[in-house]
Amino acid sequence: MTEKILKGILLDEQSELSLNDLSYACCRSAEWVIELVEEGAIEPVGHKTHGTQKTPWRFSASSLQTAQTAMRLQQDLNINIAGVALVLDLLQKIESLQAELDFYKTNKMD
Amino acid sequence: MDFKDYYEIIGVKKDATQAEIKRAYKKLARKYHPDVSNEADAELRFKELGEAYEALKDPEKRAAYDQLGKNWKAGQDFNPPPDWDAGFEFSGGGFTGSNDADYSDFFESLFGHGFQSGHRQSQGRQRNYQQRGEDHHAKVLIDLEDAYQGATRSITLQAPEIDNNGHVINKQRTLKVKIPKGVKQGQRIRLSGQGSPGMGAAPAGDLYLEVEFKPHGLYRVQGHDVYLDVPVTPWEAALGDSIKVPTPTGIVDLKIAEDTPNGRKMRLKGKGIPATTPGDLYIIIQITLPPAKSDEAKALYKKMQQVTPYNPRSIMGV
Repeated sequence: MTEKILKGILLDEQSELSLNDLSYACCRSAEWVIELVEEGAIEPVGHKTHGTQKTPWRFSASSLQTAQTAMRLQQDLNINIAGVALVLDLLQKIESLQAELDFYKTNKMD
Repeated sequence: MDFKDYYEIIGVKKDATQAEIKRAYKKLARKYHPDVSNEADAELRFKELGEAYEALKDPEKRAAYDQLGKNWKAGQDFNPPPDWDAGFEFSGGGFTGSNDADYSDFFESLFGHGFQSGHRQSQGRQRNYQQRGEDHHAKVLIDLEDAYQGATRSITLQAPEIDNNGHVINKQRTLKVKIPKGVKQGQRIRLSGQGSPGMGAAPAGDLYLEVEFKPHGLYRVQGHDVYLDVPVTPWEAALGDSIKVPTPTGIVDLKIAEDTPNGRKMRLKGKGIPATTPGDLYIIIQITLPPAKSDEAKALYKKMQQVTPYNPRSIMGV
């Protein structure tokens, strides 16, 4: 038992990760992450162009969650990246519908 | 240890063909994949399924399992006969795409665990037999008040580890973790290096903690916003008043306007869960009726009926 109090990083809207962080956290290559971006499953934030110079990609913490789900789906169900992207889209849709439904169930009058 | 009926887990008959087993497994794997399923025990079911399929998809293992399974039923206390696998030869390489540490004691007692598969880690990051440790995921339950003030939580984790003799043992460890203020339901905290140790000189995996709020008796939480139903009397709602209302940060005075209708939503800006843009606290007014038990109360209702004629159903044309 350790008495040290650990402090983690809260993966909220503010925290950002690099391409390297993301591929490391998913145990996948950077190319795999790039494929996810090309498929539109995750999107880099703040990918601005300053004049002609491009800044490196940064990803939000929610991208990490999405990428890890993608990694598991691909591995466990043997789906290709395009299929994974479709599943992620549908899952997101279901989640927002579910949240709306739960909200109306608990707040009957509005 | 209990005997596991792998056929029952996959939902096929004992004489199912390999193709039938595969189809049934694929169907259930999609249904119970923890990233897809809402069922509380999805992760457990999915793991069980994977284990069952691992045993049945390989005809050699299946034959050995069948031989053994003749005398056992699911849930029965089970110890494998000493030479149960005599006469069966397992060709290696049957274990792909799975992490043997996830399998049950039952499975390991049959097929062993000397399979260094580690497929999950092997893609992309494998060099010189160094493997990054596996990431771990756990849930941490907190109170709504903890999200306002921050807290320290002790969490106990159980993780399989390989000891010096190469045996898999379940090791328990307790961590104290700081829960920062402003966390939302479902948000995750990443503790780098707190996952499984790596192989060779490779770094350890990470630990992800998913924050979940305990259901609160008073408040409902949505994102950073907090909702509270507040019962008021008909006269408070009709005449207007100042009432005391609890909030996660203490009691506040709330002004009720004259003729406040039932269900009125009042926003206390910034009184939700703190963040860079803090959430709001919504108060929902619920007018409650005093029961007409005594004669005086009845007389008062009667008087109201005579003095202030009111038909709430006029809009319905009745």
